[in-house]
Amino acid sequence: MGHPSDCDAGASGRHKIPCPTDRHFSPQIVITMQRVRFRWLPLFRLLVLVANLHHIKLGLAQVNERLNFSREIKPVLSNNCFFCHGPDANERKGGLNGLRLDTESGAFADQGGTFAVVKGQPEKSELVRRISSADSTEKMPPEATGKRLTEREILLLKEWIQQGGNYTAHWSYSKPVRPDVPCVKHPEWATNDIDRFLFSRLEREGMTPLAEAERHTLIRRVSLDLTGLPPTWAEVQAFVNDGDPKAYEKVVDRLLQQSSYGEHWGHMWLDLARYADSSGYADDPLRTIWPFRDYVIKSLNANKPFDQFTIEQIAGDLLPSPTDDQIIATAFHRNTLTNSEGGTNDEEFRNAAIVDRVNTTMAVWMGTTMACAQCHTHKFDPISQEEYFRFFAFFNNTDDADRFDESPLLMRFTESQLQQQSQFQTEIARLTQTLATPTPERVAGQTKWEQSFPFDITWQTPPPDSAVSTGGNLLTICGDSIITATAAKTATYVIGIPLNSLEPTDVKAVRLEALPADVLPGQGPGFAEGNFIVSKITAVVELPAAIPQAGRIVRDVKFVAAFADYEQPMFEVKNVIEGKTNSGWAVGGSLGRAHSLIAIAAVPVEAPAGSKLVVTIDQSSNHESHVLGKFRLSWTNHNHVAEFAQTPAVTLAILNIQSDLRTDAQKSHLAKHYVSIAPELETDRSRLAMLTQQLAELKPAMTVPIMKELAENLRRKTQIQHRGNFLDLGQEVTEGIPATFHPLPQDAPKNRLTLARWLIDSNNPLTARVIANRFWEQIFGIGIVSTSEEFGAQGDQPYHPELLDWLATELVARQWDMKSFLKLLVMSAAYRQSSMVTPELYERDPENRLLARGPRFRLSAEMIRDQALALAGLLSPKMYGPSAKPPQPISGLTAAFGSGIDWQTSSGEDKFRRGLYTEWRRSNPYPSMSTFDAPNREVCTVRRSRTNTPLQALVTLNDPVYVEAAQALARRIAVSGFAVSDKALFAFRQVTSRNPTDEELNRLVKLFDAAHEQLQKQTTEAQQLATEPLGPAPHGAEISELAAWTVVGNVLFNLDEMLMKR
Amino acid sequence: MNLNSCTLQHMTRRHFLEQGQIGLGAVALGALMKRDGYASAIFDSNPLAAKQGHFTGKAKRVIYLHLTGSPPHLDLYDYKPELVKHDGEPAPDSFIQGKRFAFTTGVPKLLGTRRQFKQCGEGGLWLSDAIPHLQGVADQICVVKSMFTEQFNHAPAELLLYTGSARSGRPSMGSWVTYGLGSESDNLPGFVVLISSGVQPNAGKNSYGSGFLPSVYQGVQCRSKGDPVLYASDPAGMDRDLRRASLDALRDLNEIQAKELGHPETLTRIAQYEMAYRMQTSVPDVMDITQETKKTQEAYGAMPGQATFANNCLLARRLVEKGVRFVQLFDWGWDFHGTGPNDDIRDGLTKKCATVDRPIAALIQDLQQRGLLDETLIVCSGEFGRTPFREGRTSGGSILGRDHFPDCYSIFLAGGGIKGGYSHGESDEFGFSIAKDKVHVHDLQATILHQLGFDHTKLSYRFQGRDYRLTDVQGNVVQQIIS
Repeated sequence: MGHPSDCDAGASGRHKIPCPTDRHFSPQIVITMQRVRFRWLPLFRLLVLVANLHHIKLGLAQVNERLNFSREIKPVLSNNCFFCHGPDANERKGGLNGLRLDTESGAFADQGGTFAVVKGQPEKSELVRRISSADSTEKMPPEATGKRLTEREILLLKEWIQQGGNYTAHWSYSKPVRPDVPCVKHPEWATNDIDRFLFSRLEREGMTPLAEAERHTLIRRVSLDLTGLPPTWAEVQAFVNDGDPKAYEKVVDRLLQQSSYGEHWGHMWLDLARYADSSGYADDPLRTIWPFRDYVIKSLNANKPFDQFTIEQIAGDLLPSPTDDQIIATAFHRNTLTNSEGGTNDEEFRNAAIVDRVNTTMAVWMGTTMACAQCHTHKFDPISQEEYFRFFAFFNNTDDADRFDESPLLMRFTESQLQQQSQFQTEIARLTQTLATPTPERVAGQTKWEQSFPFDITWQTPPPDSAVSTGGNLLTICGDSIITATAAKTATYVIGIPLNSLEPTDVKAVRLEALPADVLPGQGPGFAEGNFIVSKITAVVELPAAIPQAGRIVRDVKFVAAFADYEQPMFEVKNVIEGKTNSGWAVGGSLGRAHSLIAIAAVPVEAPAGSKLVVTIDQSSNHESHVLGKFRLSWTNHNHVAEFAQTPAVTLAILNIQSDLRTDAQKSHLAKHYVSIAPELETDRSRLAMLTQQLAELKPAMTVPIMKELAENLRRKTQIQHRGNFLDLGQEVTEGIPATFHPLPQDAPKNRLTLARWLIDSNNPLTARVIANRFWEQIFGIGIVSTSEEFGAQGDQPYHPELLDWLATELVARQWDMKSFLKLLVMSAAYRQSSMVTPELYERDPENRLLARGPRFRLSAEMIRDQALALAGLLSPKMYGPSAKPPQPISGLTAAFGSGIDWQTSSGEDKFRRGLYTEWRRSNPYPSMSTFDAPNREVCTVRRSRTNTPLQALVTLNDPVYVEAAQALARRIAVSGFAVSDKALFAFRQVTSRNPTDEELNRLVKLFDAAHEQLQKQTTEAQQLATEPLGPAPHGAEISELAAWTVVGNVLFNLDEMLMKR
Repeated sequence: MNLNSCTLQHMTRRHFLEQGQIGLGAVALGALMKRDGYASAIFDSNPLAAKQGHFTGKAKRVIYLHLTGSPPHLDLYDYKPELVKHDGEPAPDSFIQGKRFAFTTGVPKLLGTRRQFKQCGEGGLWLSDAIPHLQGVADQICVVKSMFTEQFNHAPAELLLYTGSARSGRPSMGSWVTYGLGSESDNLPGFVVLISSGVQPNAGKNSYGSGFLPSVYQGVQCRSKGDPVLYASDPAGMDRDLRRASLDALRDLNEIQAKELGHPETLTRIAQYEMAYRMQTSVPDVMDITQETKKTQEAYGAMPGQATFANNCLLARRLVEKGVRFVQLFDWGWDFHGTGPNDDIRDGLTKKCATVDRPIAALIQDLQQRGLLDETLIVCSGEFGRTPFREGRTSGGSILGRDHFPDCYSIFLAGGGIKGGYSHGESDEFGFSIAKDKVHVHDLQATILHQLGFDHTKLSYRFQGRDYRLTDVQGNVVQQIIS
């Protein structure tokens, strides 16, 4: 009785009730199961069950084989006893000193004179007495728990104690050891070692494998499994007619090289990564994270080894000089939800994201449920709450914090943006070159300009007659028209200057000279250690009172530009025109020196004789004491003052040098300056300025949320959270991993990179098994461990433990080469078998765990859709980029606090891209795919369910996507031959990849004839059926025929075998 | 070589011959197969087949009326005269210290109700004049005035209420119930969702999703416009005869496959397509409220062709009558912050209540008249309550609004073995905290499941290594409200 559980599902707690889902979904309502199970089982099953119990009794009496604690005993104890007698001291009956059955020392401990387990002596073991007791107050487990040991389980526990009651570590927590490949009686049945493991088991069970599936079936199966797409009829024919013994292998190799491989296998990984295009919760805003999806596809197609794939996603940002791709990979853990609803506590949801990262990491790589330990020490597996938060600490120091903007982001330009950018750059280079290349005309123009430069500007500096400050400080008018001030926090100076002109004149510019003085802090010109900020300058001309007009007339001097000999960065002189409150003109960086500002009037202001210029210098910035201490004002009526003013001081200095005495550098400077002002170059200059601005304004459209470690001084403390409540904090902990697993390398820094390496370390007992099992599950429909998400005590036992360990070690030996591993699986004879089943075999092994037949189970949501589009010839090969929005029914609803959930359907080929590229909105997943069990990706999904429901039938019958596919197919059918039967043959082959039987073909023809007859009479209906939504029929086509073939196509796409691997 | 048994061939051939061309369903097929002694379990284990709970519950089905946004319970069901007396005064420190509110900081001003309350029916329930029709059925309803939750934002609070966890990813209440009890209808979904006022619930489809349960248990949204169920309409140009003819061909072809490969799943698929075919007519039929008498339509205030709450109440009755297990209504627009005239607790509330008061009362009476109220549990709630003070942001304006309030609020239940004319629990004199008999949302869930015949601690599902349940690790049945 080496494998009592294999053939004895009923008694071992594994149910073999056939189920309408091909994945047998696990026991339902716990309490009703006992009753329901017997009601469901046909009589002969009950007989088998009873017979098995006898078999066990006999078996146990005679066994020489030792029971395997990990596989046969621990699950019984774990399911029935650990909750009260397990690792969690809070739940343990009797508290700290209470009985523990999860450890050897606990089971053998003296419990006040009784011993739960006495080695080799079941009759003296309290455990045996209590589980066998008829007294309901003593019987274990207590009735109130709803748990009950079966006869068989009681027998097993007794036998185990008889054998010594030894404990061994949980099977999956010891590193896999490569087992010997077993011998088989029929080596000719096997193509590789996988078969030797499987078939030796079949031989023990007295079963035989089936022959290889027929080639049409096989190529469709392997094409769907490796690329998610069916083969074309030409590919089918090529394979069927290929006499090469390696024909099948050639197909496999070809498929593994197709880019559709990465797209197909990507969706499994995207489920694990909980990838979606929106950030979740109430308003569920869209998020740009598709570059992560593309990273996954590209990595799979490039066959990146799984260990490297792991490191990049967990800690790509911590690699030395990471590439963009390695940083994008870290978006794996940015697929967590962000809550942007008003009034939420960011820390609460940041914390929720970290919890998700911990749980997802352990589920994806190690098939271990950590979630329990967030709130309390795990009840079944040796993971304490402290260990949970030590693991949490690895993820607790990234920069993201549930922010609305999803920062930190990696910002990159898209392809089209890069093109645009390069266009700008090319033209900028061209214009720059043009401007830098002198022409004879330009030289002549420059000479003319130099000659006419307005050197003769004369500034009028009449003494002011009034100087008032609003800052409460004192202004004094000194000699040379200079004004000095005492200190003030902020101030506005108003200075009156009689123009002293006998003639009418024009005010064209005002100059402010800020002057240094020893008495000022930092020698001035301002009081703030020498600095000042002039936030605004305005001026008016007051007409003389003598002019006979009502009241005093004031004319505004409208300044349009201001120039200075020096400006402090960020405090540029142009600010004084705009009058920015918190900014202005300042001279930090050049203090203790004289500076000047010239403000130019938009239009000259006419000033009659006797007028007065009143200048207001506003210094009301929010920087304290930034006021002028010594200054002087002047004005001018010179026509070319603007040109003079905008000429930089250094240029002025050069212009003042006689032309033949100028150095080369000075000459070149002057030429450059001329280029910047020459009227004939205005067009080029403004184009250049515009392009430069556009280039600067081109913001990256691709902004991917990424992981970024916090700087040393910003690092967060990690504390245990009582009952998982982020506000109820306990003891501080540092990064670490649960003690039950292999240790971290001693000298490595305690960071995510080390954690990532630990995950794929050769000492990790779980990762290789978990990953191998997951590939197996995808190919064979159910994992060797059926709970592919849970390898701990609460998970299923491996059905073929040696095979699993062999596969795990093989995966590592192949250096985590995913394609090569997949090839190994699909090359096996087990995979290639026919999937036919007899009632006896079905009854014996409904889930096909023994693989006495080939795998057959429902396709995924994406595959069903992609297949129909591909067979209809509609599928777009376009890869990558922003997600597509294929047609979906209009809901008329909006998301809570968000925008409408209906989308603008993509146009053109974007309508027909693979399902993987469909926009994945978490609160409103694409309805036809979610009907076929595509998850909404709120959390990591390790295993999708595979249901079979009427709503699915409605999708494939009536969803416009499938109707359109049938219409497109009909147009191909209609031109494929002459006779109806030829066309039907084409249609059948095209869709199913095989030849029909006569019966099948006749049935199709019968349907076509009936439909055709009806639709010839219903011309309007025929028109609709042939063209809505696909569009107008080809010229000359017979509409009723197209419509009738559409009916046929619709039936073909709904065949059971189309929804399944056959 | 044909590996299939004679049994299967015999069974399928005979079956399809005898059953003729149409209408074979899971039930009939299953019954027939049982006689053959093969594969009966496939059909018995139809995931939507009606099942027993842990014991016989008083209720067989649930209609959950969700007022999305959360109605101001202090203006509807929980009368606080002391709060009216102190209206406009600053909230006492002791009530607000250490508390956090969604949109209110500092010291808010108390807000007494502007509604008139009166005691109604023999049970003397206090109900406000915003819900005059409910006043008329006061003896059928049970108000729980001591509800609380931990979540003060809509989406997490709604998730906690419907899935037992404030984070998304778990199955919703309707999914749990359908998973546990199956459906009594063989041509309608077991769990139907009806949405009014044009906005999804706060947590989107998560509020009625199946989480990690198989998707067959997820809520199916039935709609008043477009297809009543997604993709229920045949393609344009395909009449029923043609659909029937194509399904016949499909069935024949699938049958050939079933014979060749021997997979029972193929037979299940045939049955599911037949069920789909029936749903194509049964769903539009049940969704067609014009079949109701004028008098009934008027009693509800229903207007055929619109997605109103009144229509949805009438539809809920039609659906439960046909054996649907769980009907979930969501009505948007109950978030009375005081940011505009529509969310003012005076006229705004009057207007909003007018859209639900009469239909709910009509639903209760209608079910009662049809003898269905005893076995149909009605629950009406928001995702939390609203504060006894004015919302901080809008407290300067003339529009009166209240902030989100998780600490203490009221809901009501009716039918399904719940005491009528009964009030459970109390809030303190200002309505800030629970004075008596706290009821957490997990307790409400436990009670709903209990009424349906479940021990909430045992209705569980193993997912990724852990047994999950609707009530998470908490929940106590509120025995006092059970009749």
